[in-house]
Amino acid sequence: MSIRCEKLTHIYQQGTAMQSYALRDISFEIEDGEFIGLIGHTGSGKSTLIQHLNGLMRPSSGTVYFNGEDIFAEGYDLRALRGRVGLVFQYPEYQLFEADVLSDVKYGPKNMGLTDAEAEERAKEALKLSGLSEEFYERSPFELSGGQKRRAAIAGVLAMRPQVLILDEPTAGLDPKGRDEILETVSELHKKQHTTILLVSHSMEDIAQYADRLLVLNEGNLCYFDRPKRVFQYYRELERMGLSAPQITYLMHELKDEGADVDTSIGTVAEAKDAILALYEKKQAGRKKQVN
Amino acid sequence: MKIIDAAHVFFDYVRRDENDNIEEVSHALRDLNLTIEKGSFVCILGHNGSGKSTFAKLLNGLNLPKDGEVFVAGMPTSDESKLLEIREAAGMVFQNPDNQIIANVVEEDVGFGPENIGVPTEEIWRRVEASLSAVGMLSYRMKSPNRLSGGQKQRVAIAGVMAMKPACIILDEPTAMLDPNGRKDVMRTVHELNERDGITIVHITHYMEEAVDADRIVVMDGGRVVMDGTPREIFSQVEELKALSLCVPQVTELAYELKCAGLPLPDGILTREELVKELMPLISGTSSAEDGGDGK
Repeated sequence: MSIRCEKLTHIYQQGTAMQSYALRDISFEIEDGEFIGLIGHTGSGKSTLIQHLNGLMRPSSGTVYFNGEDIFAEGYDLRALRGRVGLVFQYPEYQLFEADVLSDVKYGPKNMGLTDAEAEERAKEALKLSGLSEEFYERSPFELSGGQKRRAAIAGVLAMRPQVLILDEPTAGLDPKGRDEILETVSELHKKQHTTILLVSHSMEDIAQYADRLLVLNEGNLCYFDRPKRVFQYYRELERMGLSAPQITYLMHELKDEGADVDTSIGTVAEAKDAILALYEKKQAGRKKQVN
Repeated sequence: MKIIDAAHVFFDYVRRDENDNIEEVSHALRDLNLTIEKGSFVCILGHNGSGKSTFAKLLNGLNLPKDGEVFVAGMPTSDESKLLEIREAAGMVFQNPDNQIIANVVEEDVGFGPENIGVPTEEIWRRVEASLSAVGMLSYRMKSPNRLSGGQKQRVAIAGVMAMKPACIILDEPTAMLDPNGRKDVMRTVHELNERDGITIVHITHYMEEAVDADRIVVMDGGRVVMDGTPREIFSQVEELKALSLCVPQVTELAYELKCAGLPLPDGILTREELVKELMPLISGTSSAEDGGDGK
């Protein structure tokens, strides 16, 4: 067990005429080492939720347990928590500020009270994990490309060696290759370091490819918490929430409607290719049989 | 008729140290040649750093070419006396909706541009109303922009540009920060402006799906145009696009993968409808169950 939310509620401007629920009675539990996707339209409460998970925001009621401990209990060490639950904000490259990449990545661990040597060791490890080689250590972060900057910023969080890594739309604004590289990096971290991942994304295609389970928020309510294949079966409900299923899932539904015997829960190109090829080969084999 | 004509355009970003000595020069555009026809819908694709945004900023004189010339509606951007006219003709919409909205009320934000160039008050209100209804945001005219979603803010930003009565709108990744619905709304809006009002659209994006419905796709790399054609022509070249750090829409990718695996499919399938139509004769009548079907 790593993160558990219990009846988490956050009310903005409580007690005024403008009072509104950003989160309402959210309860869920994320297991250690899971890869979770978080989706919801703009204003559905995604950012509010993730800021509760490392104690940046306090709930109006309910709470969050990290490894069994209530993080909002008095005396809980929130500073230590923020090292364990790393949060990569949207457009994190705007938070780069040091003169060179290595110093920027060292900033977090140094702030945790580590010695310069320890911080440097962690920074190098983090840069390696996020795919930036030694040639970047001395470079100014501002000279890097969009994708490289983003990776430097992610390294800054990884240097804290978090057990849980939360990423808020880490691929926004990147080109397709940059997008793939970031997602592959995150996926590697998940597989090799067994880091628990919480990925906020607007791309249903990415979510379908990487997430073990999916949290769906709508108007501050938790609507679904299930495997992507199951969630994307509710594509009509998702559309009503301003979301959608992956393009490929729609294609499978359309093929099914036309009478093809395909699995409509398929959400990725690779799965769809296998399924369609199987049908095609079967038909070819059937033809041969008839000829014989 | 050409609305945009860029010939042999070069642009450098020059970095200087504190003594004004040149430290580094990066060549953002190198001999870029591109003309855009009035009334067309053109998508510009290219990886980060390929020169797309630099080019966009040349189109209303925010950047001036180091060499070569850019003409907008027949006016050279190098002519400072024409700059206001050029900016009226070519409006820009940027990525971040929050950086583009300045007023406290939607209608005031939309009216800011025309007011700035001295349009008479009555005419301003006419334009505000027409622009807001063109982007489907008229019912929000008295609202505070703070309360709008990202997609709605982008539509207000587009209305602000529309109020200048532009011939051309350049949108630099207007959907990058939006959720799927916001993205759809913005794309629907710009297509409507193009089809109904004949406004030329130059749309810069990293979402390949958004380029499928364009009249033309221009691909940039290393500060010049490297591919230019219809969506079908461009998206038929899957390997070439991958080499340029780009990709194709998922439907196109699936069709391409299936074709490589031996299915007789045409190149450049762009939509689900096309793929379903092509696939059904190849796979129908079979069952995935071991001995389903009774055609033995």
